[in-house]
Amino acid sequence: MAERTAKSVIVDPLVDNNPIALQILGICSALAVTTKMETSIVMAVAVIAVTAFSNLAVSAIRSYIPSSIRIIVQMTVIASLVIVVDQFLKAYFFDISKQLSVFVGLIITNCIVMGRAEGFAMKNGPWLSFWDGIGNGLGYGLVLLFVAFFRELFGSGTLMGYVILPLDRNGGWYNPNNLMLLPPSAFFLIGFLIWLIRAYKPEQIEES
Amino acid sequence: MSEIIETHLSILLKAVFVENLALAFFLGMCTFLAISKNVKTAIGLGIAVIVIEAITVPANQFIYAWFLKKGALTWAEGLLPVSPGYFATVDLTFLGFISYIGVIAAMVQILEMFLDKFFPALYNTLGIFLPLITVNCAILGASLFMQERNYSFAESCTYGLGCGIGWALAIAALAGIREKMKYSDVPPPLRGLGITFITVGLMALAFMSFSGIQL
Repeated sequence: MAERTAKSVIVDPLVDNNPIALQILGICSALAVTTKMETSIVMAVAVIAVTAFSNLAVSAIRSYIPSSIRIIVQMTVIASLVIVVDQFLKAYFFDISKQLSVFVGLIITNCIVMGRAEGFAMKNGPWLSFWDGIGNGLGYGLVLLFVAFFRELFGSGTLMGYVILPLDRNGGWYNPNNLMLLPPSAFFLIGFLIWLIRAYKPEQIEES
Repeated sequence: MSEIIETHLSILLKAVFVENLALAFFLGMCTFLAISKNVKTAIGLGIAVIVIEAITVPANQFIYAWFLKKGALTWAEGLLPVSPGYFATVDLTFLGFISYIGVIAAMVQILEMFLDKFFPALYNTLGIFLPLITVNCAILGASLFMQERNYSFAESCTYGLGCGIGWALAIAALAGIREKMKYSDVPPPLRGLGITFITVGLMALAFMSFSGIQL
């Protein structure tokens, strides 16, 4: 692997090596929180924080972890960080924490966090790993925001809670598309996003 | 008696169909998409998930009800030299995540050793999928839903089993569709992951027809 700089580890995961679109990581907790921009932003920030700090911590102790129990050690680090995030959200953003329900806890098993700790932080220095965590968190957040943007705009006619398309039931003209609020729409949107990315970057196309 | 059977049946059917973990809550998606290329491995993984779900959800329910829940530790007052009511306000719910994931990791490890010793044939079929289950969100998700909905011990046994069956059903169905899809002409940029997402979306739509069924 070529020498990797802080800039390259942040920019790479955005489009070229996006954790959701290419690495198939972290889809689990991503989709259910994307009916609104607000919850997705909170979720994205939470994942960025957890990925960055778990990468930092795992990388800092990487030469002391016996390889046979490394999964459990990583899990413990990640779970502790998620507890901190969860308590923080409960204290300062109680409404949003209620809406996210179990999905904050599920950041623990979010494959992005685990995958980056195992795949990057175990082999690289703490500083670079920290930036890698931020980059991958951002790549994840980007997809989340893309999906949430369309779901909130077409599903409820609002963005961040502000009315953009006035609904007909409130005297406006827009008839909301209820499909956008249902779970399957997230799958379609991500499918189309992958289509777009791969049409633009043909080297990502899978042979099958 | 019939009432108890009714509750359990309702929880089971709800967990399998109406609130299918994979298709209604998107849990366990990473493995779901990555290991659904052929039916045989998908079924092997499905069975492993059923077993683990059926063990870990009741185990976590036990931990939650006897150690973590607010006031759950009152039984320990008799064993320790403290005044009655000393533990009544102790609330360890925030330790939930770390204990559940610990239990899951440990259970997976134990099951692996157990199968290796007593059922080597099954162990070899499951192979690498067993350790992978630790990081499957569907397992932790089921435990967290159990906590949120306050299931009793017996109910959580049923719920865990139902969740596992539902997930196994979904992955087997997806693998079947993907095997057939090898013969279709998919636009190149959509091949692989893209079309899989859209397929799962359609499957989720189909499963939504179960929603609203009151049992």
